[in-house]
Amino acid sequence: MTVLPAAPGLGFKPEHFPAIRETRPELGFFEIHAENYMGAGGPPHRQLTALRQDYAISLHGVGLSIGGPGRLDADHLARLRALVDRYQPESFSEHLAWSSHGAEYLNDLLPLPYTPETLNIVCDHIDEVQDRLGRRMLLENPATYVLFQQSTLTETDFLTQIARRTGCGLLLDINNVFVSTTNHRTDARAYLADFPLDKVGEIHLGGHAEEELPSGPLLIDDHGSPVADPVWVLYAETVARTGALPTLIEWDNDVPPFAELLAEARRAAGILDGVNGGCLARAC
Amino acid sequence: MPAHAELTAAFRSALASDALPPGVTARDPTETVRRFAVYRNNVAHSLARALAARFPVIERLLGAQFFAALAREFLTAHPPVSPMLFRWGEAFPGFLHSFPPLADYPYLPDVARLEWLRGEAYHAPDASAAGPAQLAQAAQEPAARGARLHPSVRILQADYAALTIWQANQPEAVPPAELDAGIPESVLILRDAADQVRVLPLRTGDPAFLQALMHGATLLAAAEAALRHQPGHDPGPLLLTLAQAGAITAFPYGKTPQ
Repeated sequence: MTVLPAAPGLGFKPEHFPAIRETRPELGFFEIHAENYMGAGGPPHRQLTALRQDYAISLHGVGLSIGGPGRLDADHLARLRALVDRYQPESFSEHLAWSSHGAEYLNDLLPLPYTPETLNIVCDHIDEVQDRLGRRMLLENPATYVLFQQSTLTETDFLTQIARRTGCGLLLDINNVFVSTTNHRTDARAYLADFPLDKVGEIHLGGHAEEELPSGPLLIDDHGSPVADPVWVLYAETVARTGALPTLIEWDNDVPPFAELLAEARRAAGILDGVNGGCLARAC
Repeated sequence: MPAHAELTAAFRSALASDALPPGVTARDPTETVRRFAVYRNNVAHSLARALAARFPVIERLLGAQFFAALAREFLTAHPPVSPMLFRWGEAFPGFLHSFPPLADYPYLPDVARLEWLRGEAYHAPDASAAGPAQLAQAAQEPAARGARLHPSVRILQADYAALTIWQANQPEAVPPAELDAGIPESVLILRDAADQVRVLPLRTGDPAFLQALMHGATLLAAAEAALRHQPGHDPGPLLLTLAQAGAITAFPYGKTPQ
């Protein structure tokens, strides 16, 4: 199976489609939110078909609720399978989070405690996804705002065990690492030192918002601004250890003109050029 | 109940109350309430934005602040039941109709229906248009052939001036000085050959003609159905509009009238 190129990619926004078709920018891949392409026809599929001809595609799900207690939605899995079959994306990824309660869809990536029970639940769900889609998936570390007294495992330990038990890869969102460790007053570098970097198949970089609480900053992962400088620093340090990796710039709210996204991608490219003598991981 | 099922149920309840789920904490526990509120806000705000994206003219008519409050009420009564948020909101027109504070704005449900049908047309299956040769051939046998319409075609028969209101509230539109919301309008919604969703006025008799075709009637039988609604109705202009938009996919041999 092919993989994403170890180069920068961008989240695809329909309003950028004309600019992309006109300029055909040099990018490793485009990432799309799977749920936006589950309609029967129309512009979404026409655009994705055109995009797919020129670029590698990362299919990123936001609605599977892998961290929820119930069974995965079989209809939703079938829809994901249909997208995978139709577009043959280079990668499929989802989140360590839950987003549905019973039939109700909550449209947010909600947190879970890290316990032996939830570890079993998440591993069973990932086994089912990989079995149903017939491929290895990547699981993304979350941005969190609260902690759970119930947790008996650290997040990095939890993710390490998931990757070992299910064979899945990991999607390392470095902005999420920065947001969570800042919010919980822990150290992002210590988190990254514990993270199983050998399992990382993709990196996410995005912007966050900041509020001030009495104890210090509360960061909110809103993907509504440029990648923050400390996140760039952590990114450079990480790829210096791993070598070049597929790197997504995420910008989902207050989306700027395409040129601005491209500038962020070029900044990532500049950092990737500095590692492994500039050669791509796949080719090295 | 297993612990995780119990926790997520409590977490879900706490999203709609002032309570905190058991075990939720923060490094500085006095800030737990503020931190948990991030989730409460994310859920409510993201869903309100999803609803606004589906009903932009309703948001424009009511104002962002009123719409956000309304969206929270709607969300409580009709939460989404699928991660495909473009399918969420079908109940919104009916909700607007029965929402007491909006009783003085009886045209809103029809405008919302138009927005909902536009969304349906946007995501409807693809289908190729019939060519001019097929049209010419069908025109020779109107008593034998019907017309299969594109899967995106929708008809709205509104009690109010839904189309005029919708058009006057497009971002680039100059609203008319006067607008009589009380005039009933019928609207054709379709996605054309260039993948643009279009909304077009229908004349009296046109909906009957289209509905007959959708039920498999021949062109002649459909024309007769329209005549029963509107003496002197001529289906020619509507057929031309449909053909030019690529909204007729085939001219199959149709049913004879019952």
